[in-house]
Amino acid sequence: MNFPAAVQQQAKRLFMRLEEACDPFFGGADNPLRHLGAYGLFLLWLVVGSGLYLYIVLDTGIEAVYRSIGELSTPPWQIGGVFRSLHRYAADGLMLVMLLHLLREAAYGRFQGFRHYSWLTGVQLIWLAFIAGIGGYWLVWDQLAQVSAIASTELLDWLPMFSGASARNFLTPDSLSDRFFTVLIFIHIGVPLLLILGLWAHVQRIAHVDYLPSWRGMLATLAALLLLSLVQPALSQPPADLAIVPGAIDFDWLILFIHPLSDRIGSPALVWLLLFAATALLFLLPLLPAPVGVPVAVVDPANCTGCDRCLADCPYAAISMTAHPARPGFHLAVVDADLCAACGLCAGSCPSSTPFRRQEPLCTGIDMPQLSVDALRVQLESELLRLRQATSGSRVVVFSCQHAADAQTLTADDTAVIPLLCIGQLPPAFVEYALRSGADGVLLGACRDGGCEFRLGERWLAERLTGERPPSLRSRVPATRWRTVSAGVHDQSRLISALADFRRRLATLDPPGDRLPPYSRKVVHHV
Amino acid sequence: MFKPVALVGQIVLYGAFAAFIGYFATSPKYRQIADDVALIKLSISHLGDRECRKRTPEELAKLPPNMRAPLDCPRERSDIKLEVDLDGQLLFSTVMHPTGLYKDGVSTVYRRFEVPAGKHHLAVRMNDKIVNPGFNFSKADEVELKPAQVLVIDFNPDRGGLFFK
Repeated sequence: MNFPAAVQQQAKRLFMRLEEACDPFFGGADNPLRHLGAYGLFLLWLVVGSGLYLYIVLDTGIEAVYRSIGELSTPPWQIGGVFRSLHRYAADGLMLVMLLHLLREAAYGRFQGFRHYSWLTGVQLIWLAFIAGIGGYWLVWDQLAQVSAIASTELLDWLPMFSGASARNFLTPDSLSDRFFTVLIFIHIGVPLLLILGLWAHVQRIAHVDYLPSWRGMLATLAALLLLSLVQPALSQPPADLAIVPGAIDFDWLILFIHPLSDRIGSPALVWLLLFAATALLFLLPLLPAPVGVPVAVVDPANCTGCDRCLADCPYAAISMTAHPARPGFHLAVVDADLCAACGLCAGSCPSSTPFRRQEPLCTGIDMPQLSVDALRVQLESELLRLRQATSGSRVVVFSCQHAADAQTLTADDTAVIPLLCIGQLPPAFVEYALRSGADGVLLGACRDGGCEFRLGERWLAERLTGERPPSLRSRVPATRWRTVSAGVHDQSRLISALADFRRRLATLDPPGDRLPPYSRKVVHHV
Repeated sequence: MFKPVALVGQIVLYGAFAAFIGYFATSPKYRQIADDVALIKLSISHLGDRECRKRTPEELAKLPPNMRAPLDCPRERSDIKLEVDLDGQLLFSTVMHPTGLYKDGVSTVYRRFEVPAGKHHLAVRMNDKIVNPGFNFSKADEVELKPAQVLVIDFNPDRGGLFFK
């Protein structure tokens, strides 16, 4: 393993451990670390909402801008002061969440292949967020604004397009005009609009986007920021005076860190080199040697009914529908190989993927070449034959996601393990098929809640098993005979314990009163 | 199902998130320059002079009557030479080049110098037509700088050339 890959693996392990540590408190669905993008967007909406209020009361003028913002915070616990504090702290929170989101996606290696578009469109948003954040501080026109404005323009003046003249706007108290703040507020509104447009592009290749966190997550975040706004209201510092250099000032290191960094480095050229190099590095990450490509989903026109279920379930919008070439009035699924994550969720969603079909080999509408539905059925039938030799104990079939806890170690005389690309690849009819073909119980091993490698696998499986999403598990299948377990790669003991617990539960069902009638498939060979 | 431990954990973690933001949104304090230091800002944006040539009578005769300007002035502007002395020592020296593809834009310089507060002798010399020797603009004065004061060295031909503010 080369050095970058080793660093990435360590970072991934760290993030997984952090996420797992938060699970007991939040649960998978509400774990903020697994929904950083949604939390970031929620914080952006808080910034936009509170910013609209501030825009209404802001008076543009050198002294008026300071006065109008200052009056908002007098006293700071009134609505204006709270909105102002919320605006600032939500912006700080956005920067923090954005950084964590970037690091997490990088740690998980989500910058290559079908994800490179989201990565590249996301990198640009960092610049927009910081431009908007830094510009927002200028609008207060206090001493912090003065420091930021002068430091920013000194940095900008190094770029040829500014010709070294922008810092002259802040030379002396009379070099600034009222119009400056009018222009600034348009920039401060325009850049976030670009940010929102960029976010729209950022999620274009993702289906079923979590645009917002759960209600609990949003309320808790809002409550935390409101409490912070009351405990430590955002206040203006003394008014800007270009005739002096401000002394020690309260400083927002989350948004304005670039200024001390520039002061420390000294040379604007080096600062720009650093910034451009960091950006270029992020842009070039997708060019790192990628893992060997895996085969993508393949559509079989003879078995595709054009039902749209794969289109609805694909997490990465890799499927579209077109007119069926051979069956007038029908549609045909089409897979965009560049967008396909090879997760197999489409195969799990296809109504033709039922093992009860007599056809052999089993051909389904959309399938994964590396682990076809037919191969799954062949493996299941082979394992069920083996399980019949078991002399004691309940015979359990474990379907397990290969990105979750390693289930292969559970293999035993009375336990068959069948790995899947993702737990969402499993057509729910396989559960009934296993139970009617000799298994006493079926255990379904998924990643932790909200931690699916392909975003939606465990969610789709849960909805299919409970009948909320087609294709669903038939209601006649007794819920006592199957169980799902959420176990990430570090949750081996949880998986073992879940199996032992499941076995105990199955044992209490004997003599079995809820067994489904046995099923013996009659084979039909199609040419 | 209500879990008190989960609730407490969430309160602690959301609280830590807010506390982290609250701390780094204001702390630690930042100071750009030391207490006993003043700042001299040199900021000049000026069009260099053009290096015009007087046309000979023969050249003028060849031109159409309406175009017989006595001077032939190229589009390009001259480089500008600038020197700053502080307390008799050379503090800064540069040659500013005109901007623009045709070298017809303004020449600009912007520098900050941190100096100890107190009395200083400040002298600035500038030549905006570099083919001529010496300096055609100069300014020298005793300045008393308070701590944190910003003194600007600028140039404005309407204000007599170089000036301190």
